[in-house]
Amino acid sequence: MPTVRIPTPLRKLTDGEAAVVVDGGDLRTVVANLQARHPGVGERLLDDQGELRRFVNVFVRDEDVRFLDGLDTELAEGDTVSIVPAVAGG
Amino acid sequence: MSLDLATERRHRVAAAPDHHTRDPALPDPTEPLAVNVTGLRCRECGEAEELGLNHVCGFCFGPLEIAYDTTAIAGRVSRARIEAGPRSLWRYGDLLPTLSADPAHRVDLGTGLSPLRPAPRLAGHLGLDELWLKDDTRNPTGSFKDRVVTIALSAARALGVTTLACASTGNLANSVAAHGAAIGLPTYVFIPHDLERGKVVGSAIYGANVIAVEGAYDDVNRLASEVADTHGWGFVNVNLRAYYAEGSKSIGFEIAEQLGWQLPDHVVAPLASGSMYTKIDKAFTELAHYGLIDGEVATRMSGAQATGCSPISEAFGRGSLDVWPQRADTIARSLAIGNPADGYYALQVAERTGGAVSDVGDDEVVEGIRLLARTEGIFAETAGGVTVANLVKLVRDGVIEPGERTVAVISGNGYKTIEAVADHAGPTHTIAPSLEALHAALDR
Repeated sequence: MPTVRIPTPLRKLTDGEAAVVVDGGDLRTVVANLQARHPGVGERLLDDQGELRRFVNVFVRDEDVRFLDGLDTELAEGDTVSIVPAVAGG
Repeated sequence: MSLDLATERRHRVAAAPDHHTRDPALPDPTEPLAVNVTGLRCRECGEAEELGLNHVCGFCFGPLEIAYDTTAIAGRVSRARIEAGPRSLWRYGDLLPTLSADPAHRVDLGTGLSPLRPAPRLAGHLGLDELWLKDDTRNPTGSFKDRVVTIALSAARALGVTTLACASTGNLANSVAAHGAAIGLPTYVFIPHDLERGKVVGSAIYGANVIAVEGAYDDVNRLASEVADTHGWGFVNVNLRAYYAEGSKSIGFEIAEQLGWQLPDHVVAPLASGSMYTKIDKAFTELAHYGLIDGEVATRMSGAQATGCSPISEAFGRGSLDVWPQRADTIARSLAIGNPADGYYALQVAERTGGAVSDVGDDEVVEGIRLLARTEGIFAETAGGVTVANLVKLVRDGVIEPGERTVAVISGNGYKTIEAVADHAGPTHTIAPSLEALHAALDR
Protein backbone atom coordinates (compact mmCIF):
# COMPACT_ATOMS: atom_id res chain seq x y z
CA MET A 1 0.00 0.00 0.00
CA PRO A 2 1.27 3.53 -0.71
CA THR A 3 2.65 5.67 2.09
CA VAL A 4 1.49 9.29 2.37
CA ARG A 5 3.88 11.74 4.02
CA ILE A 6 1.93 14.28 6.00
CA PRO A 7 3.24 17.86 6.32
CA THR A 8 3.14 19.58 9.71
CA PRO A 9 0.01 21.72 9.05
CA LEU A 10 -2.04 18.53 8.51
CA ARG A 11 -0.66 16.46 11.37
CA LYS A 12 -3.20 17.78 13.82
CA LEU A 13 -5.70 15.82 11.72
CA THR A 14 -3.62 12.62 11.69
CA ASP A 15 -3.05 12.40 15.45
CA GLY A 16 0.46 13.71 14.90
CA GLU A 17 1.42 10.96 12.46
CA ALA A 18 4.04 12.07 9.90
CA ALA A 19 3.36 9.17 7.55
CA VAL A 20 0.19 7.22 6.93
CA VAL A 21 -0.13 3.96 4.96
CA VAL A 22 -3.34 4.05 2.90
CA ASP A 23 -4.90 1.65 0.41
CA GLY A 24 -5.59 2.81 -3.15
CA GLY A 25 -4.51 2.24 -6.74
CA ASP A 26 -4.54 5.90 -7.72
CA LEU A 27 -4.11 9.26 -6.01
CA ARG A 28 -7.82 10.09 -6.00
CA THR A 29 -8.64 6.87 -4.14
CA VAL A 30 -5.79 7.37 -1.70
CA VAL A 31 -6.99 10.88 -0.85
CA ALA A 32 -10.55 9.57 -0.37
CA ASN A 33 -9.33 6.81 1.92
CA LEU A 34 -7.16 9.27 3.81
CA GLN A 35 -10.22 11.48 4.32
CA ALA A 36 -12.23 8.48 5.54
CA ARG A 37 -9.60 7.59 8.10
CA HIS A 38 -8.70 11.15 9.13
CA PRO A 39 -11.74 13.37 8.47
CA GLY A 40 -10.76 16.88 7.32
CA VAL A 41 -7.61 15.97 5.41
CA GLY A 42 -9.42 15.65 2.08
CA GLU A 43 -11.10 19.04 2.24
CA ARG A 44 -7.75 20.67 2.91
CA LEU A 45 -6.26 19.07 -0.18
CA LEU A 46 -9.21 19.33 -2.58
CA ASP A 47 -11.31 22.31 -3.65
CA ASP A 48 -15.08 22.44 -4.15
CA GLN A 49 -14.71 20.85 -7.58
CA GLY A 50 -12.78 17.96 -6.13
CA GLU A 51 -9.51 19.06 -7.73
CA LEU A 52 -6.21 19.61 -5.93
CA ARG A 53 -6.08 23.06 -4.37
CA ARG A 54 -3.92 25.71 -6.04
CA PHE A 55 -1.38 25.84 -3.22
CA VAL A 56 -0.99 22.10 -2.69
CA ASN A 57 1.82 20.30 -4.46
CA VAL A 58 1.67 16.51 -4.50
CA PHE A 59 4.61 14.35 -5.51
CA VAL A 60 4.46 10.67 -6.42
CA ARG A 61 7.75 8.82 -6.88
CA ASP A 62 9.45 12.24 -6.52
CA GLU A 63 7.51 13.68 -9.48
CA ASP A 64 4.96 16.50 -9.34
CA VAL A 65 1.62 14.85 -10.18
CA ARG A 66 0.84 17.74 -12.53
CA PHE A 67 3.55 16.25 -14.77
CA LEU A 68 1.86 12.84 -14.35
CA ASP A 69 -1.90 12.30 -14.42
CA GLY A 70 -2.95 14.55 -11.54
CA LEU A 71 -5.45 12.83 -9.24
CA ASP A 72 -5.61 9.94 -11.73
CA THR A 73 -1.93 9.18 -11.23
CA GLU A 74 -1.60 5.45 -10.61
CA LEU A 75 0.06 4.23 -7.46
CA ALA A 76 1.89 1.00 -6.92
CA GLU A 77 2.67 -0.98 -3.81
CA GLY A 78 5.36 0.82 -1.82
CA ASP A 79 5.01 4.19 -3.59
CA THR A 80 5.48 7.33 -1.51
CA VAL A 81 3.10 10.28 -1.84
CA SER A 82 4.46 13.62 -0.56
CA ILE A 83 2.18 16.57 0.16
CA VAL A 84 4.18 19.79 0.01
CA PRO A 85 2.89 23.34 0.46
CA ALA A 86 4.06 25.94 -2.07
CA VAL A 87 7.35 27.70 -1.24
CA ALA A 88 8.53 31.23 -2.01
CA GLY A 89 11.22 32.00 -4.54
CA GLY A 90 14.93 31.71 -4.18
CA MET B 1 29.09 59.84 5.99
CA SER B 2 30.52 59.77 9.53
CA LEU B 3 28.28 58.76 12.39
CA ASP B 4 28.27 62.32 13.73
CA LEU B 5 27.28 63.72 10.37
CA ALA B 6 24.61 61.09 10.00
CA THR B 7 23.23 61.92 13.44
CA GLU B 8 23.34 65.62 12.70
CA ARG B 9 21.55 65.10 9.41
CA ARG B 10 18.91 63.01 11.12
CA HIS B 11 18.25 65.72 13.69
CA ARG B 12 18.21 68.42 11.04
CA VAL B 13 15.74 66.54 8.89
CA ALA B 14 13.67 65.61 11.93
CA ALA B 15 13.50 69.23 13.00
CA ALA B 16 12.26 70.38 9.60
CA PRO B 17 8.51 70.93 9.37
CA ASP B 18 6.59 67.99 8.02
CA HIS B 19 4.31 69.30 5.31
CA HIS B 20 2.58 66.01 4.94
CA THR B 21 1.33 65.28 8.46
CA ARG B 22 0.98 68.20 10.82
CA ASP B 23 -0.75 66.55 13.75
CA PRO B 24 1.25 67.63 16.84
CA ALA B 25 0.02 64.53 18.66
CA LEU B 26 2.18 62.34 16.42
CA PRO B 27 5.27 60.82 18.03
CA ASP B 28 8.71 62.24 17.37
CA PRO B 29 9.88 61.05 13.93
CA THR B 30 13.11 59.75 15.47
CA GLU B 31 11.36 57.53 18.02
CA PRO B 32 12.62 53.93 17.78
CA LEU B 33 10.75 51.28 15.83
CA ALA B 34 7.97 49.52 17.71
CA VAL B 35 6.38 46.11 17.26
CA ASN B 36 3.88 46.47 14.43
CA VAL B 37 2.58 42.96 13.80
CA THR B 38 -0.33 41.20 15.46
CA GLY B 39 0.08 37.73 13.95
CA LEU B 40 -0.15 35.82 10.70
CA ARG B 41 -3.19 35.51 8.48
CA CYS B 42 -4.13 33.29 5.57
CA ARG B 43 -4.13 35.19 2.32
CA GLU B 44 -6.87 32.95 0.94
CA CYS B 45 -9.36 32.32 3.74
CA GLY B 46 -8.33 34.96 6.30
CA GLU B 47 -7.84 32.40 9.10
CA ALA B 48 -5.59 33.82 11.85
CA GLU B 49 -2.42 32.03 12.96
CA GLU B 50 0.09 32.92 15.66
CA LEU B 51 3.46 34.44 14.84
CA GLY B 52 6.02 31.68 14.44
CA LEU B 53 7.83 29.43 11.98
CA ASN B 54 4.77 28.80 9.88
CA HIS B 55 3.90 29.61 6.29
CA VAL B 56 0.84 27.52 5.53
CA CYS B 57 -2.74 27.95 6.64
CA GLY B 58 -3.75 24.98 8.74
CA PHE B 59 -7.29 25.34 7.46
CA CYS B 60 -7.05 25.73 3.66
CA PHE B 61 -3.33 25.33 2.90
CA GLY B 62 -3.11 28.88 1.52
CA PRO B 63 -0.02 31.04 2.10
CA LEU B 64 0.21 32.97 5.37
CA GLU B 65 1.00 36.68 5.37
CA ILE B 66 1.72 39.27 8.03
CA ALA B 67 -1.17 40.82 9.92
CA TYR B 68 -0.08 44.37 10.75
CA ASP B 69 -1.34 46.71 13.42
CA THR B 70 -2.39 49.22 10.79
CA THR B 71 -3.82 51.69 13.30
CA ALA B 72 -0.54 51.91 15.19
CA ILE B 73 1.40 52.23 11.93
CA ALA B 74 -0.88 55.02 10.68
CA GLY B 75 -0.20 56.89 13.92
CA ARG B 76 3.57 56.68 13.52
CA VAL B 77 4.64 56.65 9.89
CA SER B 78 5.31 59.87 8.00
CA ARG B 79 7.55 61.09 5.20
CA ALA B 80 9.62 63.03 7.75
CA ARG B 81 10.12 59.94 9.90
CA ILE B 82 11.25 57.92 6.87
CA GLU B 83 13.55 60.67 5.59
CA ALA B 84 15.10 60.96 9.06
CA GLY B 85 15.75 57.23 9.19
CA PRO B 86 18.88 55.19 8.47
CA ARG B 87 20.31 54.96 4.96
CA SER B 88 19.16 51.38 4.57
CA LEU B 89 15.81 49.65 4.11
CA TRP B 90 15.22 50.11 7.85
CA ARG B 91 14.12 53.67 7.12
CA TYR B 92 10.84 51.93 6.15
CA GLY B 93 10.84 49.84 9.33
CA ASP B 94 7.34 51.00 10.30
CA LEU B 95 6.03 49.38 7.11
CA LEU B 96 8.06 46.15 7.36
CA PRO B 97 7.42 43.35 9.87
CA THR B 98 8.98 44.35 13.19
CA LEU B 99 8.52 41.50 15.68
CA SER B 100 10.66 42.97 18.41
CA ALA B 101 11.41 46.47 19.67
CA ASP B 102 14.90 45.28 20.66
CA PRO B 103 17.36 46.81 18.16
CA ALA B 104 19.70 43.86 18.78
CA HIS B 105 17.25 41.65 16.89
CA ARG B 106 17.51 43.86 13.82
CA VAL B 107 19.91 42.59 11.15
CA ASP B 108 21.44 45.35 9.02
CA LEU B 109 24.38 44.92 6.64
CA GLY B 110 23.48 48.19 4.93
CA THR B 111 21.00 46.72 2.47
CA GLY B 112 18.64 48.95 0.53
CA LEU B 113 18.41 52.54 -0.59
CA SER B 114 20.13 51.41 -3.77
CA PRO B 115 20.44 54.00 -6.55
CA LEU B 116 17.47 54.83 -8.74
CA ARG B 117 19.38 56.01 -11.78
CA PRO B 118 18.12 57.90 -14.78
CA ALA B 119 18.98 55.89 -17.90
CA PRO B 120 18.95 58.41 -20.77
CA ARG B 121 21.11 56.41 -23.17
CA LEU B 122 19.07 53.24 -22.83
CA ALA B 123 15.87 55.31 -22.98
CA GLY B 124 17.10 56.89 -26.21
CA HIS B 125 17.92 53.49 -27.66
CA LEU B 126 14.40 52.27 -26.84
CA GLY B 127 12.57 55.45 -27.77
CA LEU B 128 11.32 56.13 -24.24
CA ASP B 129 11.07 59.66 -22.86
CA GLU B 130 12.00 58.73 -19.30
CA LEU B 131 13.57 55.53 -17.99
CA TRP B 132 14.97 54.83 -14.52
CA LEU B 133 16.94 51.82 -13.33
CA LYS B 134 16.57 50.51 -9.78
CA ASP B 135 20.13 49.30 -9.38
CA ASP B 136 19.95 46.43 -6.90
CA THR B 137 23.29 45.06 -8.08
CA ARG B 138 24.63 47.32 -5.33
CA ASN B 139 23.45 45.44 -2.24
CA PRO B 140 25.94 43.72 0.12
CA THR B 141 25.87 40.38 -1.73
CA GLY B 142 24.97 41.87 -5.09
CA SER B 143 21.27 41.18 -5.37
CA PHE B 144 17.85 42.25 -4.10
CA LYS B 145 17.79 39.09 -1.98
CA ASP B 146 19.62 41.00 0.75
CA ARG B 147 16.33 42.83 1.31
CA VAL B 148 14.24 39.74 2.00
CA VAL B 149 17.00 38.13 4.02
CA THR B 150 17.38 41.21 6.22
CA ILE B 151 13.72 40.97 7.17
CA ALA B 152 13.60 37.16 7.44
CA LEU B 153 16.65 37.01 9.71
CA SER B 154 15.44 39.85 11.91
CA ALA B 155 12.21 37.89 12.40
CA ALA B 156 14.21 34.72 12.97
CA ARG B 157 16.18 36.39 15.73
CA ALA B 158 13.04 37.67 17.40
CA LEU B 159 11.54 34.16 17.18
CA GLY B 160 14.64 32.58 18.71
CA VAL B 161 15.72 30.60 15.63
CA THR B 162 19.18 29.07 16.07
CA THR B 163 19.84 27.54 12.64
CA LEU B 164 19.26 29.25 9.29
CA ALA B 165 18.57 27.70 5.91
CA CYS B 166 17.16 28.33 2.45
CA ALA B 167 16.41 26.73 -0.88
CA SER B 168 17.98 28.83 -3.57
CA THR B 169 18.71 29.42 -7.23
CA GLY B 170 21.91 31.13 -6.05
CA ASN B 171 21.36 34.73 -5.06
CA LEU B 172 19.37 33.87 -1.96
CA ALA B 173 22.02 31.35 -0.89
CA ASN B 174 24.71 34.05 -1.19
CA SER B 175 22.70 36.41 0.94
CA VAL B 176 21.66 33.93 3.64
CA ALA B 177 25.26 32.68 3.89
CA ALA B 178 26.64 36.20 4.32
CA HIS B 179 24.04 37.35 6.80
CA GLY B 180 24.24 34.07 8.74
CA ALA B 181 27.99 34.60 9.08
CA ALA B 182 27.52 38.19 10.16
CA ILE B 183 25.14 37.26 12.97
CA GLY B 184 27.03 34.10 13.89
CA LEU B 185 24.40 31.44 13.26
CA PRO B 186 24.97 28.07 11.55
CA THR B 187 23.61 28.18 8.02
CA TYR B 188 22.56 25.54 5.49
CA VAL B 189 21.91 26.56 1.90
CA PHE B 190 20.32 24.10 -0.54
CA ILE B 191 21.09 24.75 -4.23
CA PRO B 192 20.89 22.88 -7.54
CA HIS B 193 24.21 21.04 -8.03
CA ASP B 194 24.97 22.68 -11.39
CA LEU B 195 24.69 26.38 -10.50
CA GLU B 196 27.04 29.05 -11.81
CA ARG B 197 30.43 28.93 -10.11
CA GLY B 198 30.20 32.48 -8.78
CA LYS B 199 27.04 31.62 -6.91
CA VAL B 200 28.49 28.46 -5.37
CA VAL B 201 31.73 30.17 -4.29
CA GLY B 202 29.71 33.20 -3.22
CA SER B 203 27.92 31.04 -0.65
CA ALA B 204 30.71 28.74 0.49
CA ILE B 205 33.13 31.58 1.17
CA TYR B 206 31.05 32.68 4.15
CA GLY B 207 31.43 29.30 5.82
CA ALA B 208 27.89 28.13 5.13
CA ASN B 209 27.03 24.48 4.71
CA VAL B 210 26.37 24.32 0.96
CA ILE B 211 24.13 21.37 0.09
CA ALA B 212 24.29 20.80 -3.68
CA VAL B 213 21.21 18.80 -4.63
CA GLU B 214 21.24 16.61 -7.74
CA GLY B 215 18.12 18.08 -9.28
CA ALA B 216 16.51 21.29 -10.53
CA TYR B 217 15.46 24.17 -8.26
CA ASP B 218 11.95 22.81 -7.92
CA ASP B 219 13.43 19.57 -6.54
CA VAL B 220 15.55 21.60 -4.13
CA ASN B 221 12.47 23.50 -3.04
CA ARG B 222 10.54 20.35 -2.31
CA LEU B 223 13.38 18.87 -0.31
CA ALA B 224 13.75 22.11 1.66
CA SER B 225 10.09 22.05 2.48
CA GLU B 226 10.41 18.55 3.90
CA VAL B 227 13.59 19.42 5.82
CA ALA B 228 11.89 22.47 7.33
CA ASP B 229 9.15 20.14 8.49
CA THR B 230 11.49 17.70 10.19
CA HIS B 231 14.46 19.78 11.42
CA GLY B 232 12.86 22.93 12.79
CA TRP B 233 15.40 25.17 11.06
CA GLY B 234 14.47 28.67 10.01
CA PHE B 235 14.19 28.39 6.22
CA VAL B 236 13.93 31.97 5.04
CA ASN B 237 11.77 31.14 2.02
CA VAL B 238 9.80 28.28 3.58
CA ASN B 239 8.71 28.66 7.20
CA LEU B 240 9.92 32.30 7.40
CA ARG B 241 8.32 33.12 4.05
CA ALA B 242 5.66 35.50 5.39
CA TYR B 243 8.33 37.78 6.89
CA TYR B 244 10.85 37.26 4.07
CA ALA B 245 8.50 38.22 1.27
CA GLU B 246 7.67 41.57 2.87
CA GLY B 247 11.29 42.68 2.47
CA SER B 248 10.76 43.18 -1.25
CA LYS B 249 8.30 45.98 -0.52
CA SER B 250 11.31 48.15 0.24
CA ILE B 251 12.05 48.30 -3.52
CA GLY B 252 8.67 49.94 -4.07
CA PHE B 253 9.06 52.29 -1.08
CA GLU B 254 12.45 53.41 -2.35
CA ILE B 255 11.29 53.97 -5.92
CA ALA B 256 8.53 56.26 -4.63
CA GLU B 257 10.77 58.21 -2.23
CA GLN B 258 13.53 58.54 -4.84
CA LEU B 259 11.03 59.94 -7.34
CA GLY B 260 10.07 62.61 -4.79
CA TRP B 261 7.16 60.65 -3.29
CA GLN B 262 5.63 59.97 -6.67
CA LEU B 263 4.92 56.66 -8.35
CA PRO B 264 6.14 55.77 -11.83
CA ASP B 265 3.71 55.03 -14.65
CA HIS B 266 5.19 51.63 -15.40
CA VAL B 267 7.47 49.15 -13.60
CA VAL B 268 9.19 46.19 -15.25
CA ALA B 269 10.50 43.55 -12.84
CA PRO B 270 11.79 40.00 -13.23
CA LEU B 271 9.54 37.08 -12.26
CA ALA B 272 10.78 33.87 -10.69
CA SER B 273 8.31 32.88 -7.95
CA GLY B 274 6.53 36.19 -8.61
CA SER B 275 6.93 37.36 -5.02
CA MET B 276 9.09 40.48 -5.49
CA TYR B 277 6.88 41.76 -8.31
CA THR B 278 3.70 41.45 -6.23
CA LYS B 279 5.35 43.10 -3.23
CA ILE B 280 6.41 46.18 -5.23
CA ASP B 281 2.75 46.60 -6.14
CA LYS B 282 1.77 46.07 -2.49
CA ALA B 283 4.27 48.73 -1.43
CA PHE B 284 2.66 51.28 -3.73
CA THR B 285 -0.77 50.42 -2.35
CA GLU B 286 0.44 50.81 1.25
CA LEU B 287 2.08 54.16 0.53
CA ALA B 288 -1.28 55.40 -0.76
CA HIS B 289 -3.13 53.84 2.19
CA TYR B 290 -0.95 55.68 4.73
CA GLY B 291 -1.10 58.95 2.80
CA LEU B 292 2.62 58.95 2.00
CA ILE B 293 1.98 59.61 -1.68
CA ASP B 294 -0.62 61.85 -3.21
CA GLY B 295 -3.52 60.38 -5.15
CA GLU B 296 -4.35 56.89 -6.35
CA VAL B 297 -2.01 54.14 -7.41
CA ALA B 298 -2.01 53.94 -11.21
CA THR B 299 1.30 52.20 -11.85
CA ARG B 300 1.19 49.47 -14.48
CA MET B 301 3.21 46.43 -13.43
CA SER B 302 4.86 44.27 -16.09
CA GLY B 303 6.77 41.06 -15.42
CA ALA B 304 9.75 39.57 -17.24
CA GLN B 305 10.59 35.90 -17.73
CA ALA B 306 12.96 33.81 -19.84
CA THR B 307 11.19 31.65 -22.41
CA GLY B 308 12.98 28.55 -21.08
CA CYS B 309 11.14 29.01 -17.80
CA SER B 310 8.03 31.05 -18.42
CA PRO B 311 5.07 29.49 -16.61
CA ILE B 312 3.64 32.87 -15.57
CA SER B 313 4.07 34.43 -19.01
CA GLU B 314 2.50 31.33 -20.58
CA ALA B 315 -0.55 31.62 -18.30
CA PHE B 316 -0.79 35.36 -19.03
CA GLY B 317 -0.77 34.58 -22.76
CA ARG B 318 -3.60 32.11 -22.20
CA GLY B 319 -5.55 34.75 -20.29
CA SER B 320 -5.67 32.43 -17.29
CA LEU B 321 -4.75 32.63 -13.60
CA ASP B 322 -3.88 28.91 -13.61
CA VAL B 323 -0.14 28.48 -13.78
CA TRP B 324 0.99 25.18 -15.26
CA PRO B 325 4.41 24.11 -13.98
CA GLN B 326 7.29 23.79 -16.44
CA ARG B 327 10.68 22.11 -16.43
CA ALA B 328 13.13 24.99 -16.50
CA ASP B 329 15.78 25.21 -19.21
CA THR B 330 17.37 28.66 -19.44
CA ILE B 331 20.63 30.45 -18.73
CA ALA B 332 18.66 32.72 -16.39
CA ARG B 333 19.15 30.33 -13.49
CA SER B 334 18.11 32.86 -10.86
CA LEU B 335 14.64 32.93 -12.45
CA ALA B 336 14.43 29.20 -13.16
CA ILE B 337 11.45 28.34 -10.99
CA GLY B 338 9.14 26.08 -12.95
CA ASN B 339 6.49 25.97 -10.23
CA PRO B 340 6.17 29.59 -9.06
CA ALA B 341 4.43 29.91 -5.69
CA ASP B 342 3.20 33.45 -6.31
CA GLY B 343 2.45 33.07 -10.01
CA TYR B 344 -1.29 33.23 -9.35
CA TYR B 345 -0.92 36.51 -7.46
CA ALA B 346 1.51 37.95 -10.02
CA LEU B 347 -1.04 37.33 -12.77
CA GLN B 348 -3.70 39.12 -10.72
CA VAL B 349 -1.40 42.14 -10.35
CA ALA B 350 -0.63 42.24 -14.08
CA GLU B 351 -4.32 42.05 -14.91
CA ARG B 352 -5.44 44.62 -12.32
CA THR B 353 -2.78 47.18 -13.19
CA GLY B 354 -2.98 46.83 -16.97
CA GLY B 355 0.55 45.49 -17.23
CA ALA B 356 1.80 42.47 -19.12
CA VAL B 357 3.93 39.40 -18.51
CA SER B 358 6.25 38.45 -21.35
CA ASP B 359 9.27 36.28 -22.04
CA VAL B 360 12.42 36.33 -24.16
CA GLY B 361 14.85 33.69 -25.42
CA ASP B 362 18.32 33.13 -23.99
CA ASP B 363 20.02 34.92 -26.91
CA GLU B 364 17.96 38.01 -26.11
CA VAL B 365 18.91 37.68 -22.43
CA VAL B 366 22.59 37.89 -23.38
CA GLU B 367 21.86 40.86 -25.65
CA GLY B 368 19.95 42.49 -22.78
CA ILE B 369 22.93 42.18 -20.47
CA ARG B 370 25.23 43.67 -23.14
CA LEU B 371 22.83 46.49 -24.01
CA LEU B 372 22.48 47.54 -20.37
CA ALA B 373 26.24 47.43 -19.83
CA ARG B 374 27.03 49.38 -23.02
CA THR B 375 24.40 52.07 -22.62
CA GLU B 376 24.32 52.63 -18.84
CA GLY B 377 27.44 51.03 -17.36
CA ILE B 378 25.61 48.48 -15.25
CA PHE B 379 26.73 44.86 -15.39
CA ALA B 380 23.71 42.76 -14.48
CA GLU B 381 23.35 39.04 -14.00
CA THR B 382 21.05 37.03 -16.24
CA ALA B 383 17.88 38.18 -14.45
CA GLY B 384 18.81 41.77 -15.36
CA GLY B 385 19.28 40.64 -18.96
CA VAL B 386 15.80 39.12 -18.85
CA THR B 387 14.36 42.38 -17.53
CA VAL B 388 16.09 44.59 -20.11
CA ALA B 389 15.29 42.25 -23.01
CA ASN B 390 11.63 42.18 -21.99
CA LEU B 391 11.70 45.96 -21.64
CA VAL B 392 12.90 46.14 -25.25
CA LYS B 393 10.11 43.78 -26.29
CA LEU B 394 7.37 45.57 -24.35
CA VAL B 395 8.33 48.93 -25.87
CA ARG B 396 8.58 47.42 -29.34
CA ASP B 397 5.15 45.80 -28.95
CA GLY B 398 3.58 49.05 -27.78
CA VAL B 399 2.74 47.73 -24.29
CA ILE B 400 4.95 50.42 -22.74
CA GLU B 401 4.15 53.78 -24.27
CA PRO B 402 7.00 56.24 -25.03
CA GLY B 403 5.63 58.86 -22.65
CA GLU B 404 5.35 56.57 -19.63
CA ARG B 405 7.76 57.23 -16.77
CA THR B 406 9.21 53.72 -16.56
CA VAL B 407 11.33 51.98 -13.92
CA ALA B 408 13.17 48.71 -14.61
CA VAL B 409 14.33 46.67 -11.62
CA ILE B 410 17.88 45.36 -12.10
CA SER B 411 17.98 42.70 -9.42
CA GLY B 412 21.47 41.16 -9.44
CA ASN B 413 25.14 41.68 -10.25
CA GLY B 414 26.73 40.37 -13.43
CA TYR B 415 29.92 39.18 -11.77
CA LYS B 416 27.88 36.27 -10.40
CA THR B 417 27.06 34.86 -13.83
CA ILE B 418 29.99 35.70 -16.10
CA GLU B 419 29.51 32.34 -17.86
CA ALA B 420 26.45 33.81 -19.58
CA VAL B 421 28.43 36.45 -21.45
CA ALA B 422 32.01 35.17 -21.33
CA ASP B 423 31.92 34.22 -25.02
CA HIS B 424 30.87 37.75 -25.93
CA ALA B 425 33.26 39.75 -23.77
CA GLY B 426 37.04 39.29 -23.90
CA PRO B 427 40.11 41.22 -25.00
CA THR B 428 39.43 43.17 -28.19
CA HIS B 429 43.16 43.37 -29.02
CA THR B 430 46.06 41.21 -27.81
CA ILE B 431 49.43 42.82 -28.49
CA ALA B 432 53.14 42.85 -27.66
CA PRO B 433 54.13 45.50 -25.07
CA SER B 434 55.14 48.21 -27.58
CA LEU B 435 53.66 51.36 -29.09
CA GLU B 436 54.21 49.97 -32.57
CA ALA B 437 52.21 46.88 -31.76
CA LEU B 438 49.38 49.00 -30.34
CA HIS B 439 49.25 51.26 -33.39
CA ALA B 440 49.37 48.29 -35.73
CA ALA B 441 46.52 46.62 -33.86
CA LEU B 442 44.37 49.76 -33.76
CA ASP B 443 44.94 50.41 -37.46
CA ARG B 444 43.74 46.97 -38.43
